[in-house]
Amino acid sequence: MSRSLKEFYNRNGVTMGSILLGLVLFWTVGLIILPQLSMLDFSFRPNLPPPEIGGPKDVYTLENYKHLVFGAEGAGQTYNSVDLSVFFRTIVAAIFVTIFNLILCYPIAYYLGQSKGNHIRVFALMLIIPYWINEILRAFALRIIFGQSGVLNTVLVSTGVFDQPFDFIRNDIALYAGLGYAYILLMIFPIYNVIESLDRNQIEAARDMGASWTRIHRRIVIPYAKPGISSGCTMVFMLSAGALAAPQILGGPSSLWFTQIIYQWFNQGGNWPQGAAYAVVLLVACIALVLAIMRLFKVNMGDIGK
Amino acid sequence: MSAGVGVDLENLWIRFGDFVAVRDANVHIKGGDFFSFLGPSGCGKTTILRAVSGFLEPSEGNVLIGGNNMKGIGPNKRPTALIFQNLALFPLMKVWENITFSMEIKGASFAERRKRADELLDMIALPGQGDKLPSELSGGQKQRVAIARALCAEPDVLLLDEPLSALDLKLRQHMRTELREIQKRVGITFIYITHDQGEALTMSDNIAVMRDGVIDQIGDGKSIYNDPATPFAASFVGENNVFRGKVKKVIGNEALISTNRSGDLMARISSANHGKMNVGDDAMMFIRPEAFAIAPTGTQGDHFVTAQVTNEEFEGNAFNIFMEGDGGKELKVSLPNLGQSFESHKGEPLTLDYDVRNAVAVPAGELATE
Repeated sequence: MSRSLKEFYNRNGVTMGSILLGLVLFWTVGLIILPQLSMLDFSFRPNLPPPEIGGPKDVYTLENYKHLVFGAEGAGQTYNSVDLSVFFRTIVAAIFVTIFNLILCYPIAYYLGQSKGNHIRVFALMLIIPYWINEILRAFALRIIFGQSGVLNTVLVSTGVFDQPFDFIRNDIALYAGLGYAYILLMIFPIYNVIESLDRNQIEAARDMGASWTRIHRRIVIPYAKPGISSGCTMVFMLSAGALAAPQILGGPSSLWFTQIIYQWFNQGGNWPQGAAYAVVLLVACIALVLAIMRLFKVNMGDIGK
Repeated sequence: MSAGVGVDLENLWIRFGDFVAVRDANVHIKGGDFFSFLGPSGCGKTTILRAVSGFLEPSEGNVLIGGNNMKGIGPNKRPTALIFQNLALFPLMKVWENITFSMEIKGASFAERRKRADELLDMIALPGQGDKLPSELSGGQKQRVAIARALCAEPDVLLLDEPLSALDLKLRQHMRTELREIQKRVGITFIYITHDQGEALTMSDNIAVMRDGVIDQIGDGKSIYNDPATPFAASFVGENNVFRGKVKKVIGNEALISTNRSGDLMARISSANHGKMNVGDDAMMFIRPEAFAIAPTGTQGDHFVTAQVTNEEFEGNAFNIFMEGDGGKELKVSLPNLGQSFESHKGEPLTLDYDVRNAVAVPAGELATE
């Protein structure tokens, strides 16, 4: 460790090395670890009015976590079924969005990675440019498309596919489409990056030996692309589970996203400790799930960074 | 393994847009032959290989394997196996899985595949290395694994696309012998692509010399080397000295060439050009560096060349003398080192003698640039 630090200083000089190191430390410790630790601290404290903070009542408690599992005290229910069901539904929906995204993006990434020529650059640009538009505007644009009298319904009704407009929003189709679309690039590019470096001759060699397309993908392309696939899936899963704009704008009235509950605790409820506890539970659950799945598919942490 | 399946190319044309990569190739490759396509890069030899393997449909003409027309049959359905220039081993599969991938496709059991892998590993002299990853092997070992993987599919024809080009010189020479031995052992047809004339000459039963999409000459190594059909074949295969001139007289299968600088010289007309060289035609004459002997200075005659010595070098096995040449390039003479003393002639005129049988006359044409 100290040797690599010395090497780092030798390569960059003392001044530049210290600046780089300082910035990285500031980034990880100051901007990520400390705020999260403070959230963690919040989550174990009771929600007190400002004068009582630091007073005798300001002691560590599991109250906020209990609330998520058992609900408010004296509410007369065994479990906080509303919040818990939203929590699990959010996780399951995020998994679903991730799988859907993977199925959609893998062929695109494969095509981009294995074809040559200028049209690939145009194609990539066409994928990137929509992301210059604000996430909220994009969500509203999807609302226009999926709305009761939106573009899609107008087309479907006028062509006679449906007799009457279909409620894409109430049925959560708009939400899943929005979430899927929001993180498409984060799925495509890691996979594309890996597949681009796959030697075409390997595919031809397998084809020469008589392998079918499914076998070529199963035995050669997918194992090779595994780091990219896991990197993409992790990002899409984490971000969809933690998304706020898309569920807020595209979600149906009955389908709450767990982040929306957290948001409510912080903003409408003004109960930061409660919101922090919910946020910590979501974060820990997501990390645990990702680590478990990585273990299942034998992916190393180092591969994700590739 | 089924031995002796031949390959025929009939009036084969391959075009990419306006570019003609292969022009009217007609080749008959005998079953069990070690056949090389030899030519500089970009001459179309790899394109021919891709047409035989099925990765490329010819624009015109046919590829026949064992007499069967391969038109419309994909690479996975042809009785060929291809060894790529970069080998294209699967990096994430173990060596034994790499070797038996073709069996896995056919649904062979684990035990069968393991057994066959062990047999093939023994054959390529890598016993017990099956559980390594390709990245743990040396260049020559990877080479042999690629050969084993291709042979595992029991192809009738093995196609090799410059597979030795990535190896260093020593290993390359060793692998030549090994490839040749493997080919003799399995007895199937090998089609080998190379730009290295040494590889082609040492390994092949027959060679096709290619230039700009055209096959200049087909023959065994000796006839290509000793009896070149074109100036390109003469200058590409081995070292050669060129003399430019015009045909002055034709006597049977010999011609007297009046060269630009060295006077009238006698040469044997190469057998592909018998009857095709007439008095007055532009001609080229080729004499190998090793075909000269030193003659008393100033000797005149139709098999003596006199020129100024510009440079000399000692190469170990030979003493090389460079002289003012006739074809724009300097004339090289190689005298084998048999323990005699070499006298320096630098800066002096020197007269050389040659045997007319070792001088080959062909109609003038393009020379190899390499």
